[in-house]
Order: sequence, then C-alpha cells, then structure tokens
Amino acid sequence: MLLLIPLLPFLGFLVNASFGRRLSKTMSGGVAVAAMVGSFAASAAASWTLLGMPAGGRVIDQDVFTWISSGDLLVPFALRLDPLSMVMILVVSGIGALIHLYSTAYMHEERDSEYARYFSYLNLFAAFMLVLVLAPNFLVMFVGWEGVGLCSYLLIGFWYHKTSAADAGKKAFIVNRIGDFGFLLGVLLLFSQFGTLDFHALARGISVFAPETARFGTLSVAALLLFLGATGKSAQIPLHVWLPDAMEGPTPVSALIHAATMVTAGVYMIGRNAVLYSHAPGVLELVAIVGVATAVMAATIGLVQNDIKRVLAYSTVSQLGLMFVAMGVGAYAAGIFHLFTHAFFKALLFLGSGAVIHALAGEQDLRRMGGLRKELPVTYWTFLVGALAIAGIPPLSGFFSKDELLYRAYANGHPYLWFFASLASLLTACYMFRLVFLAFHGERAPAAAPSDHTGHQGAQGHLHDAPRPMAIALIVLAVGAVLAGSVGVPGVLRGSNRIESFLEPSFTVESDHAPASTVQPAGPGDEAAGGMVHGAPAAEREPVAGPEAEGSATLEGGLMLTSTLVAVTGIGLAWFFFVRRRDLAEAAARRFQGLHRLLLNKYYVDEIYEAGIVQPVRILSEQGLWRVLDVGVIDGAVNGVAVTVRGASGALRLLQTGSIRAYAASLMLGALLILGYMLWW
Amino acid sequence: MFPVLTTIVFLPLVGALLLLLIENRDGRRDAVIRWTALGASLLVFAATLVLWIRFDPSRADFQFVERHDWIPSFGVQYFVGVDGISLFLLVLTGVLTPVALLSSWESVHKKVKEFSAFLLVLESAMLGVFVSLDLFLFYMFWDAMLIPMYFLIGVWGYDRRIYAAVKFILFTAAGSVLMLLAIIGLAWMHNSITGTGYSFDLLKLYDLRLPRQYEFWFFLAFTLAFAIKVPLFPFHTWLPDAHVEAPTAGSVILAGVLLKMGAYGLVRFAFPLFPSAAAFFAPAIALLAVIGIVYGALVAMVQPDLKKLVAYSSVSHMGFVVLGICALNVQGMQGAMYQMLNHGISTGGLFLIVGMLSDRRHTRQIAEFGGLKAVTPRLVAVFLLITLSSIGLPGLNGFVGEFLILLGAFRWDPRYAAFAASGVILSAVYMLWMFQRVNYGPVTHDENRSLPDLTVRERWVIIPIVAMAIFMGVLPGIFLRPMQPSVDRLLQRVSREAVARAPVAGRTDVTLRATGPADVRVKN
Repeated sequence: MLLLIPLLPFLGFLVNASFGRRLSKTMSGGVAVAAMVGSFAASAAASWTLLGMPAGGRVIDQDVFTWISSGDLLVPFALRLDPLSMVMILVVSGIGALIHLYSTAYMHEERDSEYARYFSYLNLFAAFMLVLVLAPNFLVMFVGWEGVGLCSYLLIGFWYHKTSAADAGKKAFIVNRIGDFGFLLGVLLLFSQFGTLDFHALARGISVFAPETARFGTLSVAALLLFLGATGKSAQIPLHVWLPDAMEGPTPVSALIHAATMVTAGVYMIGRNAVLYSHAPGVLELVAIVGVATAVMAATIGLVQNDIKRVLAYSTVSQLGLMFVAMGVGAYAAGIFHLFTHAFFKALLFLGSGAVIHALAGEQDLRRMGGLRKELPVTYWTFLVGALAIAGIPPLSGFFSKDELLYRAYANGHPYLWFFASLASLLTACYMFRLVFLAFHGERAPAAAPSDHTGHQGAQGHLHDAPRPMAIALIVLAVGAVLAGSVGVPGVLRGSNRIESFLEPSFTVESDHAPASTVQPAGPGDEAAGGMVHGAPAAEREPVAGPEAEGSATLEGGLMLTSTLVAVTGIGLAWFFFVRRRDLAEAAARRFQGLHRLLLNKYYVDEIYEAGIVQPVRILSEQGLWRVLDVGVIDGAVNGVAVTVRGASGALRLLQTGSIRAYAASLMLGALLILGYMLWW
Repeated sequence: MFPVLTTIVFLPLVGALLLLLIENRDGRRDAVIRWTALGASLLVFAATLVLWIRFDPSRADFQFVERHDWIPSFGVQYFVGVDGISLFLLVLTGVLTPVALLSSWESVHKKVKEFSAFLLVLESAMLGVFVSLDLFLFYMFWDAMLIPMYFLIGVWGYDRRIYAAVKFILFTAAGSVLMLLAIIGLAWMHNSITGTGYSFDLLKLYDLRLPRQYEFWFFLAFTLAFAIKVPLFPFHTWLPDAHVEAPTAGSVILAGVLLKMGAYGLVRFAFPLFPSAAAFFAPAIALLAVIGIVYGALVAMVQPDLKKLVAYSSVSHMGFVVLGICALNVQGMQGAMYQMLNHGISTGGLFLIVGMLSDRRHTRQIAEFGGLKAVTPRLVAVFLLITLSSIGLPGLNGFVGEFLILLGAFRWDPRYAAFAASGVILSAVYMLWMFQRVNYGPVTHDENRSLPDLTVRERWVIIPIVAMAIFMGVLPGIFLRPMQPSVDRLLQRVSREAVARAPVAGRTDVTLRATGPADVRVKN
C-alpha cells in the first residue's frame, strides 16, 4: 500500500513524459493532478491505518525488492511509514496536489508539449520527494534526495532558453552536490562503523554509546558530514546561495519545491537521525548556530529586495534557519511542527505572489506594483492570511509553531539563540508586511515595463484575479495556514500539543530493543496531556505537577506574549516606513547607503565564491593542469622521447655520409687515437 | 561438450573473413556488407546472452572451460574459460559491437568492407582477451587488438588521425613489451621452481610462490601495461588524442571495451598472480587513481571539444575503477567490476551522442552548439539521461558502482574515499556545464536551427544504451550476484599471503569498533 504513494505520481510522470506531446492540456494536467490526488488519498489511508496502531509501535514497513547487495552490504528498496514520515507525506502529497491544481491554470499559456513536460517533471518531483520521506535507510533516502535535486534542476531551468534560468538550475544542482559530498561520506562512515544503513538499526546501534559531550568522536564526524548535506538541500550558510536564484523557475515550482517540500529535506533528515544528533551535542550546537545565523542573515537581505519572489525566497531561507535552530536545541518535534505549518503559509505566499505575477503579465518588481488590494481581492486576502501566519500573529498557525520553537530555544538553555531567533522574527514580520504594503496598498505604479515573460494579458487596464483553480488552491491553503497550528497548541493555552507527543517515537529508539533514551530534552510545561489523536492516552508520561511546572508555564506564557509583541512591532515598523512615511525609508536607504548596498547585494557571497573558488579552479584547471601539466609536461615528455629518438637517429644518419674520404679519415683518426692511447699509457 | 567460448570468440573473425569474400569495387555492395557485419555481430551478441543464461551464478571457478595443448614444448595451451568477472565483459563487448557498427552506418563511406572487417576482427581479439586463461594466448589476443584499432583510428579518423594512431600504438606497445618479458619470466620461473617444465597456465601460476624481488618486478611490468591501458594518471595522454581522432565507432569500442582491458588485467593477472606485491603497491596505485579522478574531472571541465571532454571524464571514471580494485575488499572489487560495465554504457553512450552531433554539424566544439533542446528535443532527452548516468544519479547505473567503490575505499582508508568523493561534485560540474552550453540557452548559430532530431536508426543505436543504464541502476543484483563468488575467490587469492587488511576504517574510532558488527561480517 505504501508503494502506491510514490508510484502514482511516478506513473503520472511516465504518461506525460512518453505521450505528453500527443495529449491535450486538459489531459496532461488532469493526469498529473489525478496522480497527486490519488497519492494524497493513499497517504491519508495509510495514515489512518498508522493512527489506529498503539502509540509506541506505529511503524508500517513494506519491502519492495533487494536493490544492492554486495558482501555484507544489503540495501533493500523498501518504504517505511512512522509518525514523522506520516506528517511529511501528508504535506507533500496534500500541498503537492493543490500546487498541481494551481499549475493547470498558471501554466496554461505554455505550448501543449511544454505543458506536459512541466507536469511530468512536477509529478516526478513528488514521486522522489515521497520516496525521500518514506525511505527506511540512507541509500533509498539518497535516491529521493538526489531525485528531487534533479527535478529541481529541471524545473528551475524549465524556461531553458533563458540563460539565467539554465544557470540557476545548474547552480542549484552543483551546490547541492557539494552537500551530497558530505552526505555520502557521512553515510559511508556510519556504515563502516555499524554495518547497516537502516535508520532504526543505526539508532539502536548508536544508543549503546554515551553522547560525545566531551570529545569530537566518530558520531560527531558523521553528524557533521550529514549536516553538510542538509545545508545544501535546505539552503543554509554556506550553501544557501542557490535558493534565491532558483526563483527563475515557474512560481508554482518555487512554492512546491523551494518553499514547502524539498528544501525541508535537510530538516527532515536531521529529525530522522535524531538519535545520532543527540549523541553529538557539539554538532547539534553548530546546527543551531548555523540556523540562527542563516535566519538573521536571510531576513536582513529580505528586507531590501525588490523582487517579490526573492523576498519570499530569503524568507524561506530564514524560516529554514529557524527550523534548524529547533533541531539544534534538540526540539525535533518543534522543528518538524514549524516545517509543517511553514509548508502551508509559505506555499500560500508563493502561490499568491504567482497570482500577482500572473495578473501583471510577469512583473515581479515590487516597485512597479501597488494598490492591487482592490483589483485582486482573493489574492490579497489569502496573501494577508499567509503574511499574518508567517509573522506569528495568534491564533494563526505560524504563531504556535514559531512560539514553540522560540520557547524551546530559551528553555533548553540558549537565551542568545532565543534572542537572535526573535530578532529574525521581527525582521520577518517587517519584510513580509513591507511586501504586502508595497504590492497591495497605496497606488498602482505607472506603466510596467514589458517583460520577457510573454503570453500573459497586458499589464495595463483591468487586472484579472486568480482563475478558479488558482483561487481554490489559495483558499484551501489559507484555511490550512489558519488551522494547521491547532495540532500543536501548547499546554499553557489548554491545548495538548498533540503533534509533539505523536512525533516523539520517531526521535527515539524503539523501547523493546534498548532502554528508550528519550532524546527530547523534556520541557516540563507542556508534557501534560498526551491525548493522542486516536485515543491511546500517553499514560506513561508524567502529569504536570508542582511549582516547577507552573514556573515554566509562566515563562512560556511570557515568551509567547513577547513574540506576539515582536510580530506586531515588526508589522508596525513596516507600516510606518512603507505606508506612513515612505520618504523616511528612502532617506534611510540613502543615509546608510553602504549597508543598503551590502544587503541588496546579498553580502556579496556569490561574488566571493566566484572570485575565491570558481575562477581559481577554472584557471588552475585550464592554464595549470591542462595546458601546462597535461599538454606541456606529460605529453611533452612523451613527445620529447619521440623527438629525441628521431633526433638521435638523425645524428647517426649524418655519420653515414657515403663519402669514402670521410670514412677513410675517420678510420685514420680512430687508428691514431688507439695507437696514441697504447703508446702513451 | 560444445566449444561455446571458441565459437563466440571466433564467430566475428569468421564474419570478417566472409566480408572479405564479398566483391565491392566501387561501393555498390556497401549495404550488403553493412547488414552482413551487423548480422554477424548480433549473432555474437545472442551467443553471449546464451552464455549468460547458461552460466551458473553460484560457482566461483571457471566455466565452459576448453583446454588443448598448443605448443607442448613450451607449455603453451589453448586454455579458455569464463567466470563471474569476465562474463559481463563478454556481454558488454557483444552489445557494443553492433551498436558501434550501427553508429557508423551513415558516417563511414570510405572502404566500408575493410572498416566492418576490422571492427569484427577487433571484437574477436577483445573476446579472446577476456576468456584466455593461458598467458601466452592472452598476450596473442592482447597484441592482436592493437592492429585493427590502429587502422580504425589511422584510416577512418579525423584530421590528426596518423599522429593519434601512432601515439596509441607506441604507448600500448611500450607497456606490452615489458609485460611480455614478465610473462616469459613467469613461465621460466615455473620451471625452475616446480621443475615440471614451462607453463603459461594461469591457474598453475596463481599457485606459484615467487621470490619476493621477482614478484615485485613482474608485478610492475604487468601493472605498467595495464595502467597505460586503463589509463591511469599520468599514462593517460594517449587517450584524448586517440578519442578525438577516432571515428565514433572507434571511440565507442575504445571507451566501452578497450579501457576495460587494463582494469580487467589488474584483476585477472597482476593482483592475483603477485599478491604481496599488489598489497605493497596498492596504496601508491590508489593514489594515482585518486589523482586521476580529480585531475581528469578538472581537465575535462575546461575542454572546448566535446570528445576531449568525454575522454578526460573517462580518466576520472576509470580512476574510480582502479581505486575500487586497490581497496581489496568485496565492495571495492565488486564496485570496480560494476563500474567497468557502467562506464562502457554511459561513456559509450556519450560518444554516440557526440557522434550524432558531429554527424549533423561536422564539429565537436561546444561553442558551436547551444539551444539544441528547442531544436532536437528527443536527442536532448536521451543526452540528459546518459549525462545523469555518467554523473552517478541514484536510480541509474553509475551510482551503484560509484557507491560500492567509495564504500570499499572508505573501509580501507577513508582519506582515499574522501578525495574520490570530490569527484561526485566535479562530475556534476563538468557534465552539467557542458550539457547547458550545448542544449540550453537561445540558439546562437543559424546552422543549428534546422538540425534533424533522432532518426530511426539512431534510436536503435541509443535506446539499448539508455535502457541498460536504467536497468542496471534499478536491478544491479542481476549483475552483482553472479559476480560475487568469483570476486570472493579472487579476494581470497589476493590475500593469500598478503596481510589480511582490516576492512573496517582503522583510523577512526577504536571504542566503536568493539561493537561495530562490520568486523565480523566482511569476508576477507
């Protein structure tokens, strides 16, 4: 049954890839959407079965076939559903289906064959992503991991005739490959130590050892190498550079791949290996630091970007950073919870921006927008919901997940992480509402320049709001963005934080094999009610009691209030600078010109990489290795031998002059020399 | 018993002789000749498939053995057989020869009869190399390969074909001469140690215990010959020239099969014949292999010529093969075997694609292309698939081999694996950059606007390759399982007296090893 979940989109891919040319748009779009809806239905059915199982043993395994077997290496191609992967498949197939639906309208101007090509890639992506999250071992995960990278490459470069799009696709793939280098080595290290690649078996093996608190041992090395892979896929420092460029792809692709699903793979991978990471506290700390640094850096860049999609791209990088903060403080469930809510509101925001771009005939520059509120009401209101959710305004989903994450950072003893993560939240609220105000409020900017994204209706005159399939997707996602937080309402607000207790078994070793080393550093405040979705009360967990719990409840409440204030402040700042006193924003940009340019140019990271790595390698390879070493030295030596042989034979040939006198003379000379030698000595 | 192997080996030769009987003065019977040659090669392919079906995958020793005295006074025999290591190389040769013939269907017009005959003679020699279990016989086939290849490059090649052909011959011959001396030396040592006369019998020589210094010198002589063939850095400079100047069919066979001869030679002869020397030199050879991986990739990256790019990528890929062999453990060795097949498929496929582009545009300069995806979508689709296979995307063939090799290397010494793994990044860089410049962006040259997409014949050429790439990526077990017993046997032989090398990463963490189950389970 599990196999059906990735198989349906894969079949959709096969249909569109093989017969796409001959299918009408309705057909190819229909096949693709149907495949995703089917996959979502299968996911839902599988989830239902999983929820019906007792809380401790929620695992469904399906072996498909033996993939690689060599010596003691045995890698089955298998799938495994557990609470963590259940959350993921529902997100991927559910949001994926909506984005497929949205795409049927968004991509409608493409030619039939291009339309089919688009949907074949999109289906293929979904199939790989589902394999990634259902994988029971590292190698099957790597199939999905690389597969989504490939689809991302193909979809970013979908408009391949644009050099910038083709460049961006290639950059994404190569930067991801740098991460894969670490990922692969991490996998090799784990296998050579534990003789297995299965996540459960690895967790069991690892749990035997004590956490490497004092030293940087093998487990830490493995965790670090895997984290390099995660930074590639999830666009964290130093491998974040590909994601903003990925906005060259069609907007629904940005929504699906570069916001809601694929980029979260790194976060997911760490969650999947929670036991390993909990045994490598040093690396975990690094994860948190990288996460928070990325969050702040990307947020500051997002503050000044003028391309609507780039703002959202940096926002994604920033939010992913927050997820890594949660992972880094050992609050795996909080990280996954934020991943879950983020998928809704970020997909919503991207699709909303797509609706704007669609309406404006490809215009993406915020400075040429404005006043769209009246003309695009559906887009505006749904977008506003998304913006409020990401800013963290209660009771929208983003509030609960972000708050949980901030609270964990603080409660687990990292107040500085909490501070910087809150700063990132402030900036988030600020740049999101800057975007909202610039695009939807105020007056429409005159005469948008004609753009290269042709085929859409002209920008002037009456604008059309999102067509029906797009509107449906926006509204459903908006509802999701409001409600998704309800699975994780914390105890302090009389919720039960169900998602946390539900996910927890995925982050620990199964109890029947080893003493369950709970890796979740228990935050006592919200452990109270374990009320599982399907009955099964978590009876073994301690009920809340005592003043300590109360104290932490106060703390949590206080932090919650703070973060709400932070969000409101951010929105207020945006309102002040971009609605009330536009001139002040511009004056500030002029006043701090250097800083402004630094942010606008993304801290020049691309330029540094280009000058520091790309060009030196290229010049070294071309001038040094190829022209000098290969052609000059090695081949030169070979040709040198040939020339020497030829030269020597030429010299010998000179001796054979054919002149009798010369021969006679040399004969005489030789005889004299011998004679002299004999006489002299 | 029916002499299966003899039939397979000499069938192409018979085909070639048949071709010579066909009168073809002014090219009137070109079509007849082409079809006859193709028919013969397909027959051989079918025969190799039959061999595969009838092969017993559970046995480690040689099967379908034929043994006859040839020159008894020197102990020379006609001794052939197949095991899990050579089986698939025979099948690969069987696949690639018809593909090579088909690929030159329209691009070769000069002396079609001789061209086809040379290809078939070459096939006989290659098959002979893979089945020979007598060193003298092996050497005969080994040198016999040179002659048809020399003519294929020198007569049907591009502009600098003579230079390339001579360079190819000189490089290979230089290595071969030393190997011949070592072979004769071995036979002589057999007599002086056992007192039972000269012998070129591989199985007897496997059991021979040589004095240490002889073993070292013989090993170096063999290895030099094979290293040139692989080619191992820094003996690779003949390869770019040979590839660039060879006709497409020549490049396909060269990359697909001939380069495998070197790696096969290491596995079949150099390592098991001289195990302690092999163990001693393996780190140095592996170092050259790792340098080759990175170096080949970096140099490939900056090539302006498509064929040179693919040629240097071969240096990189074959470095992986040699690294796997040097790791001397199950995964490394099996990965190397598998990577040999993969490289034949993916690099063979790349040369076919480049050949198709060059047939259309009569140039191989990357800068002359651009934006082909809009013009020839089907060609670009298969191009993409083969590119992905070459950069080792999981699900396609290249990944399985690379992963096994990296795993084997890592267990031996993580440092080699770490350097080799950087090839994972670099292969993506040079392949995708090339792919983008050829296929994406706007069409920049007017000549490219009206290029035809894949023809029916070209589809027949390339689809088997693509199908193999997918099949071998999804179901590697079909190939790995029959290899396993022979690889185990080989590793036993190599570690016969060489100190058994711990397969577990010894330099990492001692405390973990106590429970690491890897210790127990690895076979050598």
